[in-house]
Amino acid sequence: MDGSTGISGADLIKACSAIGAGLAVIAGIGPGVGQGIAAGYAASAVGRNPGAKGEITSTMLLGQAVAETTGLYGLLIAMLLLFVKPLLND
Amino acid sequence: MGNTVLLTGTDDLGFMIKGIFTYNFFGHEVWITTTHVCLLIVMLVIIGFCVAANICIKKAQDVPGRFQNIVELVVELLDGMVSSSMGKAAGKFANYIGTLFIFIFISNISGLFGLRPPTADYGVTLPLGVITFCLILFNKLKYQKLSGFIKGLCEPWPFWAPINIIGDVAVPISLSLRLFANVLSGTVMMALVYGLLSMVAYAWPAVLHVYFDLFSGAIQTYVFCMLTMTYVTDAIGDGLEEA
Repeated sequence: MDGSTGISGADLIKACSAIGAGLAVIAGIGPGVGQGIAAGYAASAVGRNPGAKGEITSTMLLGQAVAETTGLYGLLIAMLLLFVKPLLND
Repeated sequence: MGNTVLLTGTDDLGFMIKGIFTYNFFGHEVWITTTHVCLLIVMLVIIGFCVAANICIKKAQDVPGRFQNIVELVVELLDGMVSSSMGKAAGKFANYIGTLFIFIFISNISGLFGLRPPTADYGVTLPLGVITFCLILFNKLKYQKLSGFIKGLCEPWPFWAPINIIGDVAVPISLSLRLFANVLSGTVMMALVYGLLSMVAYAWPAVLHVYFDLFSGAIQTYVFCMLTMTYVTDAIGDGLEEA
C-alpha cells in the first residue's frame, strides 16, 4: 500500500481491450433500428394485403438478416478483442 | 495451444473450440478439435437419415407410412423453396441447395443436443461461402460468357471495376461471417447462462435454447440458402432462356 504497485503494459492492453469490446458492440444500435423499421413496414404491408402474409414475412426476415450483418461485425470484433487478444503479442 | 483455430484458447470457457488431440501431417501439427467431432456426429446423423430414407423410398407405397410421409414432406419443402426463388434453373440446383439446407440446419440445431455447433467455427462456414462464390463465378462465365462477365465488371463505368471486384469478393465473406457470428453469438449466450447462472439454470434455459438454437438457426439456414439462390439466379441472368 505504498503506491508502488504499477500497472503493467499487458494489464493496460487488457483493460483497453475490454473497453474497446464494449464500444464495438454499440454497432448493435444500427441493425436494431433497421430491423424495427423493416418489421414496421412489414406489419403495415400485412395490414394492407393480408393474403400475402407468407411472402411478406420471408422477405422481411431475409432483409433483416442482411441488415443484421453490420451489428454482427461489431460483435465479432468484441469477441476477438476479449478472447483472442490480438493486441497482446507474447 | 495458441491460435491454431480461431477462438481457440486454453481458458476454461464452455464455448471455446477445444483441441482433443494432435498429430503430425507431413511436418505440420494438426489439431483434431471439437468441431471435427461434432461435424462427424452431424454427418453420421444425416447419412443415417439418408440411408433410412433410401430404403423407405425403394419400397414406397401409395398410402405413405409415417416415415415416408416425413421424407416426402422434407423433399417437397426443399423443392418448393428452390423452385419459388430460382424459377427455371431450379432443377439444376435443387440438389445442392437441399444438401446445404439440411447440413446447415442440423449443424445449427445440434446445440440443442449439447454439441458445440460446427457452424460456430469459421473454418466450417468459410468453405460454404467459398463454394457459393465458385458457383456464382462458374455460372456467370457459363451463361454470360467472358464478354458479359467483363461488361458486368465495368458497370456503370470502366474505372468502377475495382469497386465491383471488391463487391464480388465481399459476397462469400459476408455470407460466411453472418452464419458464423449468428451461431457463435447463440453459443456464447448459452455458455454465459450456464456458466454464470449455474445456480439457477434449471429448466428455463430451454426457452433460450428454442430461440438461439431453433429459431435463430432455422432463420440463418433459410437466409444462407436464399442468398445463395439469389446470387446464383442473378449470375445466370437471362442465359437459361436463350440456351
